[in-house]
Amino acid sequence: MSWLGRPASDTQITHGGRLWLYGVAGLIILFLIIPTLIVIPMSFSDSQYLEFPPRNWSDRWYRNYFDSREWMTATWVSIKAAFLTVGVVTPIATMAAYGLYVSNLKAARYIFVLLITPMMVPVILIAIGVFFAYTRLNLNNTMFGLVLAHSVLALPMSFIVISSGLRSYDMNQERVARSLGASRLKAFLVITLPQIRFSVVTGALLAFIVSFDEVIVALFISGGNMSTITRSMFLALRDQIDPTIASISTIMIMITSVALIIAQVFGKSVEQKF
Amino acid sequence: MKTLDKLTKPVPGPRTAKIYKRWDGINSEELGQDELREKWALFGLSIPAIILVLTVIAIPVGWLFWLSLFNDEGVLSLSNYTRMLDSKSYSRIFVTTFKVSFFTTLLCVLIGYPLAYFLAQLPKRWAALGMMAVLFPFWTSLLVRTYAWLVVLQRKGLINQWGMELGWWDTPIKLVHNLNGTLIGMVHIMLPFLILPLYGSMKTIDFDYIKAAANLGANPVKAFWHVFFPLSLPGLFAGMIVVFVLCLGFFVTPAVLGGGNVIMVSMKIETLIDLFFNFGTASALGVVLFVLTLMVLFVAYKLLPPDKVLGQGHNV
Repeated sequence: MSWLGRPASDTQITHGGRLWLYGVAGLIILFLIIPTLIVIPMSFSDSQYLEFPPRNWSDRWYRNYFDSREWMTATWVSIKAAFLTVGVVTPIATMAAYGLYVSNLKAARYIFVLLITPMMVPVILIAIGVFFAYTRLNLNNTMFGLVLAHSVLALPMSFIVISSGLRSYDMNQERVARSLGASRLKAFLVITLPQIRFSVVTGALLAFIVSFDEVIVALFISGGNMSTITRSMFLALRDQIDPTIASISTIMIMITSVALIIAQVFGKSVEQKF
Repeated sequence: MKTLDKLTKPVPGPRTAKIYKRWDGINSEELGQDELREKWALFGLSIPAIILVLTVIAIPVGWLFWLSLFNDEGVLSLSNYTRMLDSKSYSRIFVTTFKVSFFTTLLCVLIGYPLAYFLAQLPKRWAALGMMAVLFPFWTSLLVRTYAWLVVLQRKGLINQWGMELGWWDTPIKLVHNLNGTLIGMVHIMLPFLILPLYGSMKTIDFDYIKAAANLGANPVKAFWHVFFPLSLPGLFAGMIVVFVLCLGFFVTPAVLGGGNVIMVSMKIETLIDLFFNFGTASALGVVLFVLTLMVLFVAYKLLPPDKVLGQGHNV
C-alpha cells in the first residue's frame, strides 16, 4: 500500500488516485502492440484458416512464400526500388536543404513550401496523375518510372528532417574551415556532413520506408513482373485472406523490430558520447 | 552564447550588399554583388529537387485539372463538377469520407490523450520504453497492420472467438468489412500521428504551473482542466489536424477493412480509373479532395500559426 499512498508527481495526487490512468494507458499500449504481434504465431499455423492458438505448427506458409516465383520477384522489385529511391532522394534532399538554408534568400521560403507539396497533395491524385503521364511516356511497368514516383513521395520527409538537422548545426564551423583555406565543397564534406549525418541517415531511412511501404502509386504504375510486394499483398488482401501474407508480415515485423532496437541502442550510445 | 549567436548570424543578402555600400570601400559594390551571386549559386543546389517536384507532381496534376474541365464529348464544361452536386452517390461518398475522418480523429483524441498524458509524466527510462510501444506500430508496414486487424476482427477471428467462449455473445458479430472495422483499423494506424506531437507539447509544459495551481487551492482535477489541458492544446490541435488530413486521403485501410461497404473518395477515384478509365470524373474528384485538404490546412494555419504549435508560445 505504501507505493499507492506515495505522491505520483509533485502535486498532491497519489499513485493510488492514478491507478485508473495506469490501467487505461496499459490497455492502450496493448491495443497498439498486440494486434500486430498476433500475426507472428498465426503465420506458423498449419491450417488454411487462420486460428489462434494454432493447433498444428508448420512452416508451410514460409515455404509457400520462398518457393513462389511471383512473391520473390515482387520482393526484389520492392527492395531494388527502395534502395534506388534512397540513392536518388538523399543527395537531392541534402543539396536542397543545404542550399536553401545557407543561401538565406527570400525565395527560399517559397521553394521550401513547393518541396513539401507532395506531402499535402492526396496520394491518389498523384497516383492517377503519374499514371496518366506515364501512359503517354511509356513509363508504366518500368523500374525508372517507379523510382521516379517514389522519389517524389519520399522527398518531403527527407528534406524536412535534413533541414531541421542543419538548423541545429552551428554554421560558423564551416566558415572557420573556409577561412582556413578549405573550398566550399570540402568544408561541407569534411566539417558539416559528418555532423549532420544523423539527420541525413534518418532522411535516407525514411525514404526507404516510404518507398518500400508504398501501395497506391504502385497499384497504378507497376504490374506483372514489376509489381512491388506491397502491391501484391494489397491485391491478395482484397480478394481473400491468404496465410502466406502472415508469413510475409512476420518477416517485415522482425525487420522493423530489429531496426528499431538498433536505432534505440545506437541512439543512446550517441547521446552518451556528447 | 545567445548574443554571440546574434552577432555572427548571417545577415540576409540584399541587406548585406547595402552594408557594403554604406562602408563605402573601393570594392564594396563588387563585394556585395559577389555575395549575392554566391547566394544564388547556393540556391541553385535546390534545382534538382524543384525539377523533380515540378515534373512528377505539378505537371501531371495540372494536366489532370485541365482534363477535369472537359466533359465526355471533349467539350469545355464544368459537368464533371456539377455532377458531384447533382448525384446523390457522390455526395454520399464525401459524407462518408468526412464521417470516417471525423470519428477517427475523435477516437484518436479520446484514446491518445490519456496515453500521452501518462507517458509525459513517466521517468525518462520508462517513457522511452512507452514511446517504443507508440513507435513500433508507426514503423511497421501499414499493410501488415491492416492485415493483422483483418485477422483479428474477421468472423472466425480472435475477438469473436474469445467473446463467444466467454459467453459475451452467441453469434459472431460483424466487426470487419463495415464501418466498425474501418474505424478500428484507422484509429490504430493514426494514433501515433496524434500522440507524437501531443507528447512533444506536453513535455514542454512547466510543471511548476500545476504546482502553483495546487498551491493556490485547486484540486488535481481542477488543476488539470484549468492549467494543464489548455497548455497542451497546441500539440493536441497539431495532432488532430495531421490525423484528419491524412484520413481524408486514406485508401488502403478502408479498402481492405471496409470490404466495399465503406467507400471513401480516394477509393471511388481508383474504381473510376481502374474500371472505367474515366480520367475526367476521377480528376475532378481528386481536385475537390485536394482543395478540401488545403482548406482544412488553411483554416488550421489561420487558427494556429505554426510557430505557436511548435512550442515556445505557451512559455509567455
